[in-house]
This record gives sequence, C-alpha cells and structure tokens, in this order.
Amino acid sequence: MCLGVPGRVIEINGDVATVDFWGVKREVRLEIVDEPVAPGDYILNHVGFAIRRIPPEDIEVTLALYDEILRAAEKDDLMAADVRAELDATKTTGDAS
Amino acid sequence: MTRVLADERITLKYGAGGRAMRALIKDVFLRGFGEAPVDGIGLAAMDDGAAFRIDNRWLVLTTDSHVIKPLFFPGGDIGRLAVAGTVNDLAMMGATEVLGLTCAVVIEEGFPRAELERIQASMQEACREAGTSVVTGDTKVMGKGELDGLILNTAGVALTDRVVTDAGLRPGDRILVTGTVGDHGMAVMSARHHFDLEGDLRSDVAPLNGLVRTALAAGGEAVVALKDPTRGGVASALHEMAEKSGVGIVIEEPSVPVTEVVRAAAEILGIDPLHVANEGKALIGVRPQAAERVLDAVKAHPLGRAAAVVGTVIADRPGFVILDTGFGRRLLAELEGEPLPRIC
Amino acid sequence: MPPPPSGTSQLKFREPAKARELASALATLTAAIGRRVSVMHVCGSHEQAIARFGLRSAFPRDLDVIMGPGCPVCITDVPEVDEGVALARQGVAIATYGDMLKVPGTAKSLADAQAEGATVHVVYSVAQAVELAREMSGELVFFATGFETTAVATAAAVLAGVPKNFSVLSAHKYIPPVMEIVAEMPETKVEGFLAAGHAATITGWGIFEPFVERHRIPVVVAGFEPLDILAGLVSLLELIRDRTPKVLNAYPRCVTREGNLKAQEQLFRVFRPLGGRWRGIAHVPNGNLRLTDEWAHLDARQRFRIDVASLWDYAPASLSQSCICGDIMAGIASPGDCTLFGKECLPETPVGACMVSSEGTCKIWHLYGGHPDLGEARL
Repeated sequence: MCLGVPGRVIEINGDVATVDFWGVKREVRLEIVDEPVAPGDYILNHVGFAIRRIPPEDIEVTLALYDEILRAAEKDDLMAADVRAELDATKTTGDAS
Repeated sequence: MTRVLADERITLKYGAGGRAMRALIKDVFLRGFGEAPVDGIGLAAMDDGAAFRIDNRWLVLTTDSHVIKPLFFPGGDIGRLAVAGTVNDLAMMGATEVLGLTCAVVIEEGFPRAELERIQASMQEACREAGTSVVTGDTKVMGKGELDGLILNTAGVALTDRVVTDAGLRPGDRILVTGTVGDHGMAVMSARHHFDLEGDLRSDVAPLNGLVRTALAAGGEAVVALKDPTRGGVASALHEMAEKSGVGIVIEEPSVPVTEVVRAAAEILGIDPLHVANEGKALIGVRPQAAERVLDAVKAHPLGRAAAVVGTVIADRPGFVILDTGFGRRLLAELEGEPLPRIC
Repeated sequence: MPPPPSGTSQLKFREPAKARELASALATLTAAIGRRVSVMHVCGSHEQAIARFGLRSAFPRDLDVIMGPGCPVCITDVPEVDEGVALARQGVAIATYGDMLKVPGTAKSLADAQAEGATVHVVYSVAQAVELAREMSGELVFFATGFETTAVATAAAVLAGVPKNFSVLSAHKYIPPVMEIVAEMPETKVEGFLAAGHAATITGWGIFEPFVERHRIPVVVAGFEPLDILAGLVSLLELIRDRTPKVLNAYPRCVTREGNLKAQEQLFRVFRPLGGRWRGIAHVPNGNLRLTDEWAHLDARQRFRIDVASLWDYAPASLSQSCICGDIMAGIASPGDCTLFGKECLPETPVGACMVSSEGTCKIWHLYGGHPDLGEARL
C-alpha cells in the first residue's frame, strides 16, 4: 500500500501524467502535487497519485548529505558540531543545492 | 513444520504449487495411493516425474494439466506452455531425449476454431524446438459454461542413462540459474490488464531439453540437481531442493539476473521476482569444481545467455534458504504459492 | 534533454559499499552511547525495507529498531472492520485495498463475507474504485484505510468528483498523535523516532517540533531506500548520543518543513481528525480521520444504517485471547514473544491483524524470517 516509487514523467494530459518507472509506464494523477509538473520531471507516486515533484539535483544533494553524515559519525565532536551546523543550514534554507 | 489438512473444501491455494499443495498431495494422494511397486522413482519422491528402471536405463514419465489464463499472452500461449512444461519436467530429471508427448484437450462449447488452430501451430513449433512430437491424444467437448475455455493435459516419456533428482545437493555445491527470473509471471499479470502496466514484459516459455543436454555434457556427474522454478518461483524451487537434500542454501541477491522491466513492475506491485513463475529457466546444482565450465556451456546456448551462479549450498540451517541482499541477510520466504492464480 | 530514466540514480541509494560504511558508523555510535538503545519507527514501509534488505543483520546488537504502530491496516479497530463486513453482508458492494480483505473483525473478515457471496472488490487506487462505481448501477462503498499519505488520495478523488452511487467508509488514521501516546507509555524505552518520509512529504517535518519540545525525544525523517534508513539511523543515534532533542530531515529530496500545502488543504477540506480507538492501542486523540460535514452526503456511515450487531452472534475464536498484536503494535513486544507466531498464526491462517497486512510486523517477520542470527551461517 505504501508503495512510494519515483518515476519520470513522459507526458501530461490535464490532471493525468503518464510516468515511466524504469520501462514500465503507468498513469498517475496530479491533483495533489504542489508544483507544476512537466515531462522529464521525476515524481514520487503513492497509490496512483503524485505526492511530490523530485528535482533531479536533490538526488545529488542527498548523496552529499550521506557523505556528511558519515564524516560526522567518524570524526570527533568538533567536526561533528560543524557538520550539524551545516545540516541545520540545509533545513532552514530549503532543499535546493 | 507439519500441519494437518483441516479444510473441508479445496480452495485456490491448493493449486498454487506451494506448501498447501504439497500437503494436499501428501495427505490425500500419497496416503491413498501408497507406495507403488515401482523399481525407480515413484509418487513418494514428489519429483518432477516418475522413473522406471528398464535394464540399465531409466524410462521417465511425467504429466501436466494446463489451465493458464489468458490463453494467449506476450511470448506464448497455452499450447507452447504445455509442450515446454512437459518437456522441461522430463529434462529436469535428466531426460533430455523425449520419445513423444500426449495431448488431451477438454474444450468448452463455442470455443473459436481459429484459436484452436493457433494453439496447435504453437505446440508444433515448440515440439520442433524440442525435437519431439505429439504422438497420441484425446479430445472432449463440454457444454458452454462447464469449464473456462480450454484445459490442456500433456504427458511425456523419455529414456535416460542417469536420473538427476532434486535431492543430490551437498554443502559447497553451487547453484546456477540459466537466465533472468520472473519473466513469465509478470508477463501473464500484465496480460490480465489488472495492473495498468505497460512495458516489454514477455514470457520466457521455452523447451529446455537442449540447454540441459548442454549442461549435462559439460558437467556430467557433477550436475547433481535440476529444477525448473515454475509456480512459486525460484523461492519455492530452492526450498524444495534444500528440504529434499537436507541442506541450507545461500543466495546472493545482487547476482540473480532480473530484467529492468520485471524489476520495475515487481517493485511497483510489491512482488518479489523470486516468487514469480518462470517457464523457460532452470536451476542447476553443480559440484564446485565444475561450476565454471557448466556456466560457460550454458551461457554459450541461446537460451542461457544471461545465466549466472547465484548461490552456494551450506550445511547450516537445513531446509532454509538465506538471502544475502548485499546490505544484510534474511531468510527467503516461501509463499503459500504463486501471487496470482492460473499462472500455468 | 534530461538524462534517460535509467535506474542508476535510484540505484545510488542501494550501494552496498556505502551501506557497509553507514552500518559501521552505527556500531561506533552505539558503542559510544554505551548502553542498549531502542528507537522506533512508525511506518510499515520502513519495516518492509528493513526486513527486505536484511538490514537488521547489519545493525549492532545493542541497537533495537522497533516497529511501532505503523501498519494502518493492523490498527484498524474491530468495530471499524465490522462496519465494512456488515455493509458487505447487507448487500452493498465494497471496494478496498487488498490488505484489508483478510483482517478479522469480531468474527469475520471481508474475505469471509466475500466467500459467503458478498461483493468485495480489491483496488490499487481510490481512482479505480471511483471508476468501478461509474461502471455499475448499485451502491459502491470505498472502505478507506491508510494513513495521511493515503487519505490525501481519497480527498483528491472526492474533490475531483465522484458518481452518486459512491460513498466513503473512512477508517483513515493520522500518525503524529500516536507518537505522543507511545512516548507517554510507562513501559516505553524509546529514545528516538524515525519518522515516515512519505507521510512527512505531505505534512512537512515542522509538525514534529512541538512533539520534540514536549517529550525531549529526537525525530529524524527518513526515506525508504536502504541508504536512507541507515543514514537516518546514524543521524538519530548522534542526536541521542549528544542528548540533543531536535527534528532532523534526512529525506530532503522529498520532505520540506511545511510539506505539501496543496495536499494538506485538500486533506483537511475533506477530512477532520477525531479521537478514536486504534486496535491494540486504545484511544488516540485526533488519531482518526473522518469526513467533514461538507461531505456528509458521501459518508457511508450517514448513507447507510450499518447493522454490526448481527456479527456479534458469532463467538470470537478463543485463540484471539492469546494474541498480543496490541503489544506488538505498541512496540513493547516482538513477534518472537508471541506463543502463536509461526504456529497457529500464519499468513494463511492469521489470528491477529499483524499477520494479515503486508505492513504488519508479524507478517513481515514471517515473510522475511524474522530476526534470526544469519550473519554466521556458513559452509
């Protein structure tokens, strides 16, 4: 039921998008997603509705985040404090890279 | 884990190829028919077929009924499935030279003749690929509504010098799969139009006796187990092999070949490709020293291009199958049977 | 031109090497904390991902990642299931998500009703249920289960317009209130929460700030890929180690502080939170989502007189007395503690709701082999 799978938008017809999930195409409704969606965008699908438009650059940001988290866990408190501050900054300024 | 069969009526799960079906066979058919006076392999072994010793060779016999819905699906139809299914049951016992097949049909009144002819043509093509033919059969027609379209039963007979059972595995043996998994089940699911999926999902249904012949030629006595993962998928087949041989099996999930499209479709539906039926693949258990050369031989065959070594037999946890996901380990469950009914 | 949709970006969240690094970070942190640590997640999908990838075999021994009441089907209370079953037996067609089919009510499940001749359709989306209603002449009730992420879809469907013969029997639930309940349970040893990334996509992570203020327990919002979960846990353990209760967003690609305002607006136009019983947890204030008065005309509870009393003639199975689903859902017991687990209670013969739903702890444990020590299984 909670199958939130990301896919790429192929085409849009009004409130319905045809989305490609690695070669498998499905229709996804767009009534809930809070940003305009265009072909080429990635969306997160849940029970047939898009709940989020995932900007491609956010995927890179997340990977960078993991690296940060790793460095913090391995270093001493001083470094960890710096990294935490950086993470705080990500929170307040939003998710754009 | 033994369970007494309590249901008064047979429900769908008993045909699904899993635990419930095996329990039904044990409790009703085995107990009833008892030990047959067969010098060879009989019902009690619950193998893919029976084997009779004739002088110093074995006569292998198998039968299958086919109730797949829909009759025509991407990559095949009930006719191709019937021929491949029976040829493969024989091949999984090491009997790759098929003497002949029977074909009995029960047809629903009103069934289109053109479809029947299409199915026959399909069976003929599959027979040609397997190097055999239908030698006898039976035809019945039942009234409209008394059955759903068509039921096909095939039986096959073959001679072989050596029977390969499910039960020959030992710790250290390697497990090979001859190609990508989940193709047939996912193709049939998409053909039933329940899931609004679009993608290149095609059944892999094919006769494998040629491929098995190649593997046996390369490995000889080092090939110690053969099984085709039909209903219940690779998971069910591995469990049977582990149980019968009294060993554990570890499977490296990242090395199991799965096409992108099957992986995506399965992910979307929340189904594990390891639980989905295959009709053109085999699991081969082979002694470690021969694994490399059997793999090479299989990969050189047109039906084995995507073959891979996927697992190892261990002494620990007999009867269990452990999945190494690359992130950790878990037990690979055996579902009651196939996620979808009437898949074969 | 954007790059082709190969699975590779997605697969970056499944790199085993990175996972191993994160797992070893978990071990370091747990050792630094120096005692047994329990954290809780409240999402069936998190438990599925953990079980599916065998992550527990990679967690350090002193780290307990418990599944709390995160299975929306499992916590659907008996009277709610009875409502659906009663309607079905009264001859009304029901559409529901597949998980709901076998969940036992007082004595019967929707599957039982179906076997006795009732019309019960399994759908994968509320949109499918609406289509079904359009194609038929009789009444169709959508038995709506799921947390806020799923409730949003129901709301959107309602707002987009549904045929006259369509109505909603809402058993939707709202997760944030139950975290309060768990945090306040006397037996609880939970020192941190992993919040569900998809629910937070809708509600935003800001919603957890009051909770963290009140209970001084850190919350990390995590996604569902193996790396998401491991990284989320590393962040959570850090906060625990440093005794820093705050909310951290480890799923920035999908979650923002405010969340999806458009979805929230639709959700709360159609639904309002109401206190109600969650199976096994008792009363959760604001834990249930019911249709607002504006949508009373689509409320199955208003449209039909639902006769649940007829189900009480069937004596409940005595096995259910040994069922500890409630404790399991609250995270204070695990399936291994249940005398019925794996014996009388199996997916094919479930006693409690935890064994029925694909997100139920017991079902997941049974499917994926629970929590056995597999790391050392060898030749």
